Amino acid sequence: MKTKILLTLTAISFLFIFFIFYEGLNRSNIYTPDNVSNEKVPLFKVKVFDTDNEIISKEIFKNDIYYVFNIWASWCIPCRDEHPFLMELKKNKKIEIIGLNYKDKVKNAKNFLYELSNPYSLILSDTDGTIAIEWGAYGVPETFLIYNGNIIKKIIGPLNNNFFKEIEVIVK
Amino acid sequence: MASLIGSYSLFFGLGCSFLILFFSFKNLRDSTNFDNKLLYFTFLQLLFVIVSFLGLIISFVNSDFSNSTVFNHSHTTKPLFYKISGTWGNHEGSLLLWLLVLTLFIFLFLISSKKQPKKYRVLTLLFQQIIIIGFLIFLIQTSNPFAYIYPVPIEGLGLNPILQDPALAIHPPILYLGYVGSSIIFSSVLAASSTNYVSKEWAKHIKQWILISWIFLTLGILLGSIWAYYELGWGGFWFWDPVENVSLMPWLALTTLFHCVLVLEKKLLLTSWVVILSIATFTLSMSGTFLVRSGILNSVHTFANDPERGLYILIFLFTLIFLSLFVFFFLHKTDEKNTNSFFWLSKETSILINNWFMMYFLAVVLIGTIYPIFLDVLSSQKISVGPPFYHKLIIPFLIPFLLAMAIGPKLKWIKSDLQNKFYLFSLLAISLLLSFLIIRILEISFLVNTILFTSAFYLFFITLRDFFIKGFKNLAQNTAHFGFSLLILSILFNNFLSTEVITNLKIGETYKSNELSINFEKIEKKKRQNFETIIGKFNVKSDNELVEILNPELRVYNQPNIVTSEADIKTNLWSDKFMTMNLVQNQEYFNIRYQIKPFMIWIWFSVIIISFGGFFSFFKKKYEN
Repeated sequence: MKTKILLTLTAISFLFIFFIFYEGLNRSNIYTPDNVSNEKVPLFKVKVFDTDNEIISKEIFKNDIYYVFNIWASWCIPCRDEHPFLMELKKNKKIEIIGLNYKDKVKNAKNFLYELSNPYSLILSDTDGTIAIEWGAYGVPETFLIYNGNIIKKIIGPLNNNFFKEIEVIVK
Repeated sequence: MASLIGSYSLFFGLGCSFLILFFSFKNLRDSTNFDNKLLYFTFLQLLFVIVSFLGLIISFVNSDFSNSTVFNHSHTTKPLFYKISGTWGNHEGSLLLWLLVLTLFIFLFLISSKKQPKKYRVLTLLFQQIIIIGFLIFLIQTSNPFAYIYPVPIEGLGLNPILQDPALAIHPPILYLGYVGSSIIFSSVLAASSTNYVSKEWAKHIKQWILISWIFLTLGILLGSIWAYYELGWGGFWFWDPVENVSLMPWLALTTLFHCVLVLEKKLLLTSWVVILSIATFTLSMSGTFLVRSGILNSVHTFANDPERGLYILIFLFTLIFLSLFVFFFLHKTDEKNTNSFFWLSKETSILINNWFMMYFLAVVLIGTIYPIFLDVLSSQKISVGPPFYHKLIIPFLIPFLLAMAIGPKLKWIKSDLQNKFYLFSLLAISLLLSFLIIRILEISFLVNTILFTSAFYLFFITLRDFFIKGFKNLAQNTAHFGFSLLILSILFNNFLSTEVITNLKIGETYKSNELSINFEKIEKKKRQNFETIIGKFNVKSDNELVEILNPELRVYNQPNIVTSEADIKTNLWSDKFMTMNLVQNQEYFNIRYQIKPFMIWIWFSVIIISFGGFFSFFKKKYEN
């Protein structure tokens, strides 16, 4: 009797494992986060880069478009590393890239863009670093993917090939 | 041509399997003696698989791109050595190697087990053939290494450069000898259970096979680890990557199994442990194959993802599991009278205690590896389990484990007492004192570290003492346990004393800190057979004295076009100096990573000592007889 119960239990647990593995096979193992996230884009008022105009966050992010929000600075070496990926992302019609220039001198930042070319459709200026704090950023570079006012992906550190592909997969 | 012969050989090999099945049943029914036909057919099957394997090697050597495996993983400019090792550096070829080991081992088993009962031998062959048939069909059906391409491409796609490495050329064959060797244990235990032959004689005979698998598995894991250390350029040696975990799990099961078999051989106890562990070892090896080859897990080692392959292995794996469940529950008879006769202080109790620790470690690694899959399927959450999980769960339990490893072998079988064991306590006191001093000097003030060091030193001293006092008595056990204590100590010291500098330098620049300066003198460009290399020259100075000149490399491979970073490692007895450089995009700067890793070589060395324990044990029986 005891062995029979044991046998049934073992068999059931193995069948369960089988089922899980079988289901697991059909799932992609590319790690994408849920598209529904509760984290909203923070509300802020910010100066547009190299102008005196101010803009509020609600005017920047519209619905039904993917925004890549990238925090960068000319003095940041990893930002140079990730730059080619931003240029690639720029080619994607469904994506708009917004840059937040972090604690930077306007002249240096302009040189940076002149040298490497400009991937951003809009650049915001965060000379004292307070906007980055609103976003909960750890440092530069940092990148957020935004859709319908929600942050659906947060990348700390420079973009790389994997993140690039991940973004392409999410946007597709 | 070679591909064609290889391809047909596989079918002939499959034919042999069916002949063997047929004659096995006939032999079981009709005769009392082992039918030698079975041996011949097994040999023939081995020959066919060898021919097939050689066929694939020849296709690789000749760069025959009409073969899709060769096309996908080779290139004409690749050095001959890597053309050959490329044979098993891919999914199809490695499965063929796997099959080769399967057939080789059953043949060796048959010729070395002539003294064993006939029924047991035939059944072992039968179960092994089930596995062989499974793999043959898998190979032919889903991953044929001889698939044909027409029109024939002029050039191949090349082998992933990080696989073009001597350690990695021999790592798979060695590891597979260990993995697949466990298939013999699996088949044998099923046969022994069905014929009620789980006995002292059986234990004595299967012990040798367990040792063979264990030695190769240990060395295979070591080679993989060494490769990861210098090739992946992270400077670590164990990353808790799923593929490392799936090799560690059979190793843990196999180690436990070996200790249980010792008890079985001496005292006819722990039979159920032995049966379950024998089944588990091979099942874990197979699950490893499934997890890696199906692409269900994300890992640095994943080959091309293919759900069809995954499904096939999954079904095959569970067929084997249910077959063994059937044998275990319906055919296996346990001797109830022998259980519960454990005295609390005896060798078998301490082995049993360590078994449970091993099972705990196994469970931690297993859960850490497959839990993400479960969570994903059941709740669509993605998580990844990293080193902190394993460290937190494993390290505290290492302490009692090490202590039991030190004291256990001192106890007698059945019943023991602690008279005349004064040295056990004095050595413990010495270890405690020494650890306390070390912790003080290193300024790491955690209680757990002191105890961890103490237990590792304790095992170290006790085994060391035994070398002097007992000499060659118990040499195998003592060597392996000594190696393990050395391993833990080296890892601890390595962990606490490692230092690292990460910086960006351009040519001519010097990085300075209080302890050292790194001067980037120059770079040199060179052209090699299938890659171009940029070699940096760095002078590392400490207190204005030149410590080391390091030459890390960046290799740009032509086919496939991949840049790899080759670390330069200067090894001596006390520490490794490890340096990698990487290109910073669009910049004249190079990213430099310089690490000093003390006792690195001792980690490798202690694993070799552990495996020597296995060697000694394997040959011990030979000269005693």
